[in-house]
Amino acid sequence: MSSKNKHRITAIIAGILTAACLMLASPAGADSAKDPIKIGGIFSVTGPASFLGDPERKSMTMAIDQINEAGGIDGRMLEAVIYDTEGDPSRAVMNARRLINRDNVTAIVGPSLTPTSLAAVPVAERARVPMISCAAGNRITEPIKPWVFKTAQSDIHAVSSIYKHLQENDLTKIAIITVSDSFGESGRDQLIEQADDFGLELVVQENFGVSDTDMTAQLTNIRRAQPDAIICWGTNPGPAVVARNIDQLDIDIPLYMSHGVASPRFIDLAGDTAEGILLPTGRILVADILPDDDPQKQILKDYIEAYETRFQEPASAFGGYAFDAINLLAKAMKGTDGDKNKIRDNLENIENHVGISGTFNFSETDHNGLAPDAFVMVRIQDGTWELVD
Amino acid sequence: MQEFLQYFFSGMTNGAIYGVIALGFSMLYRSTDLINFSHGEFVMIGALTMVTLTMGFRIPVLPAIIMTTICVAFLGLLFERLAIRTVRRPEPIVLIIITVGASIFLRGTAMLIWGKDAYAMPSFTPHPPIDIAGARLLMQSIWIITISVLIAGSLHFFYKKTLAGKAMHACAINKQAAWLVGIPFKVMILLAFGISTGMGGVAGTIIAPITMPAYDMGTMLGLKGFCAAMLGGLGSLWGSVLGGFLLGILEALGVGFISSGLKDAMAFLLLLLVLYFRPGGIISAVSVKRF
Amino acid sequence: MRKPDKHTIACILFAAGAAAVGLMTDDAYYLQVLIFIGINTLLALSLNLLMGYAGQISLGHAAFYGIGAYTTAVLSATYGFSPWLALPAAIVMAMAVAYIVGRPTLRLTGYYLGMGTLGFGMIVSIVFREWHSVTGGASGFVGIPPLEIAGFAFDTDRSYYFLVWAVVLFFFLLSRRIIDSRVGRALRAIHDGEHAASAMGIDTARMKLHIFILSATMASLAGFLYAHQVYFISPETFGFMASIKIVTMVVIGGMASIWGSLFGATLLTILPEWLHAFADYEMMVYGLILMLVMIFLPQGLTRGIIDLYESSRKKHDQ
Repeated sequence: MSSKNKHRITAIIAGILTAACLMLASPAGADSAKDPIKIGGIFSVTGPASFLGDPERKSMTMAIDQINEAGGIDGRMLEAVIYDTEGDPSRAVMNARRLINRDNVTAIVGPSLTPTSLAAVPVAERARVPMISCAAGNRITEPIKPWVFKTAQSDIHAVSSIYKHLQENDLTKIAIITVSDSFGESGRDQLIEQADDFGLELVVQENFGVSDTDMTAQLTNIRRAQPDAIICWGTNPGPAVVARNIDQLDIDIPLYMSHGVASPRFIDLAGDTAEGILLPTGRILVADILPDDDPQKQILKDYIEAYETRFQEPASAFGGYAFDAINLLAKAMKGTDGDKNKIRDNLENIENHVGISGTFNFSETDHNGLAPDAFVMVRIQDGTWELVD
Repeated sequence: MQEFLQYFFSGMTNGAIYGVIALGFSMLYRSTDLINFSHGEFVMIGALTMVTLTMGFRIPVLPAIIMTTICVAFLGLLFERLAIRTVRRPEPIVLIIITVGASIFLRGTAMLIWGKDAYAMPSFTPHPPIDIAGARLLMQSIWIITISVLIAGSLHFFYKKTLAGKAMHACAINKQAAWLVGIPFKVMILLAFGISTGMGGVAGTIIAPITMPAYDMGTMLGLKGFCAAMLGGLGSLWGSVLGGFLLGILEALGVGFISSGLKDAMAFLLLLLVLYFRPGGIISAVSVKRF
Repeated sequence: MRKPDKHTIACILFAAGAAAVGLMTDDAYYLQVLIFIGINTLLALSLNLLMGYAGQISLGHAAFYGIGAYTTAVLSATYGFSPWLALPAAIVMAMAVAYIVGRPTLRLTGYYLGMGTLGFGMIVSIVFREWHSVTGGASGFVGIPPLEIAGFAFDTDRSYYFLVWAVVLFFFLLSRRIIDSRVGRALRAIHDGEHAASAMGIDTARMKLHIFILSATMASLAGFLYAHQVYFISPETFGFMASIKIVTMVVIGGMASIWGSLFGATLLTILPEWLHAFADYEMMVYGLILMLVMIFLPQGLTRGIIDLYESSRKKHDQ
């Protein structure tokens, strides 16, 4: 018995020590001019937010291939190293550490979500590595953190686009229904904060769970409050359920959605009940019907074509966040030979970069770089998008 | 009144869904003393298979339901045969982890087959919402409620009137004794798994038109179904259905009169209260002394 | 002088190994992984005392992890208290909640206890999400300060590594003492049969409550360590899936085994990093591994591998 026990303990200790030693065998990393420049990607490729992370990963590899085909950055190729967070902030921290300390990346693109981004921010800040987040939350770049940028349009602009449209149509009493995750919460905060600025009265606020299947109870509350318009803030499939339930209850007032549903998938899900819904979106959804003098038109068409031929699925605004991030980085990396300080400074000085999500003008006080005009209001009509105004 | 009725309808629809899922838990527990934490995933597979059959292969609704149920039940049989029966030491905690592992595995597989997006499918019968005293009820909700009650009824019949059902009940009471009187309990366990997961499949097919199924829908549904089974009394068939309706209606009333953000918290608070004060559930079929 | 027992020797060896690793490695990524392993080991150990030794299942253990993290976050970041003042507050908070919840919940057994703790865990994580003004809501809580003691800040990976593993080691020794004491024997008696235990004169209700409170305290401490390392917390870290993950660590590592907790925590922390190569197949492979381990080594990997090793050696000797 006693000798058996001793063997057990020895075996366990030996096992643990071996594992620890194995983990210590760190890779040899040499940095010569010929080596590719590594860029890290952290996306929610699987898990509940895979609708963001998956096109982001694909767009990142596509953007990097395009840059490499065109000769790379000052003759050096780019290489993508991409990890999945599954939407878990602790995984985001580990991924960021791994990219910075083990893969020696020059910059990081992502994470996809507000919580994962906020968790990775301190890591990038302390290691002084430029990070371009693909998440919507304002708190990522406000207050300004020197090394952190983001390419997704902020909720601030999405809300102000909707509110402006409401104001123009003399709708003053509004009801909001938001999903209870970080996206919905961030939207709700902005909706409440800006209501006064536009002279709107919030008559009722409701919530729904990420996987709820019936929102008629919430909508009954909304109907009782008799608002002039309903604003729903969420990502698929919740808002599609809301649209259907509104149809079921025969509530006949304008329905606004967020840019979180700005993908053809939403129309598939909501079907006929999507008709007439208004939402702010990046120009990618309406690339075909944009006027020819729109500065984004060409780059949007190129992106959509490249994405759809390569991945055989419709392009969305979400992939554009990562596509923009890579192209902004590529611009900032020219002539720096991978010097992170210089890349950061260059990023902060980028002006008039026309991307998928809008025209970026970074500055010391603005690390998102997009103006409210990054959004256009669209209406869903006959199963497709139509510009309003 | 109109609003109250609307909350009630909303609760009935969700409640019927929870009820059918709870039935799956209860039925398996009653026959095998096991809680299958991957039950929600079988519901998800049922819903997605239904979408593929009706939307992809254009198969009419009724045959599609039958085909889906058979497919999912077959998967359940495979699961029992390959994973549950081969366990070397079938302790409850080990079985819990295996079913949790199975749920992750099934979710991962479904993600590969159906992708990460949600799907939509039309209601079984194209009928506009029905107006009852100003409140509106979807035709699909009526389907869901009817089919749930039908399933509970046929299970009741199965246990009370058929030989296999009685044999299964005997196994649940005492495996050894059942074996002594010539009941092949291994076959019975296999059968119980097949029926339970098949019911999960049916639940999936009937909710597919209103939930927009996706590969990750199973976890929360499974949890709510488990909650409903506990509320009604684990192991009790009618208790599970009742628990489902109760949970759904209270959630809807909670949204209506308290706060939609705290809806889920209230469901679980109710569960804790029932566990503390009437641990056998509202209809307690068995004493709380198993495991 | 009493001859030191095997566990003490193992702990000394282990401490020496951990210190060597801490001093030798310069790679911040490894240190980060090792810090998370340490925190997860503490969590697994806390649940193992409850589940492995006392036989009380908990599917809501991450709630206490979260209570520790959020208490210290709110006190130190929002109200500006020193984290060292927040630490006792986090512990007292977890103990108080464990006391209030434990009294009625621990009367339940089996799946009912599982469901009761699961419900409690869900409620706590919903509170973290919905109590927006205090917890920062679903998008999380930012700006948690680093730990500092007498001018020395635990803000480097190496110093934090030593802090975490010193705490883990302390609880290894403490757990061993408890297990080998009268209390430990009583707990195992409860595990084997509650009625028999109470017939032997063990106050089972009190004993279960005490171990539940101790377990909650340890989990809350793990939350404290997590918050001051990552500087950011959000509700999903402490949700239902986190509770399930802790249970999995305990069971995979080996129930009623202190070293099993270490092993389970290590495996479940590193596994996703390794499985990364499988990309979209990762979830499938992860689920499959869980199932296979449980099917073929139901006692957990630690015991299972040793048993395999010993049986193969016996064959070899013959």
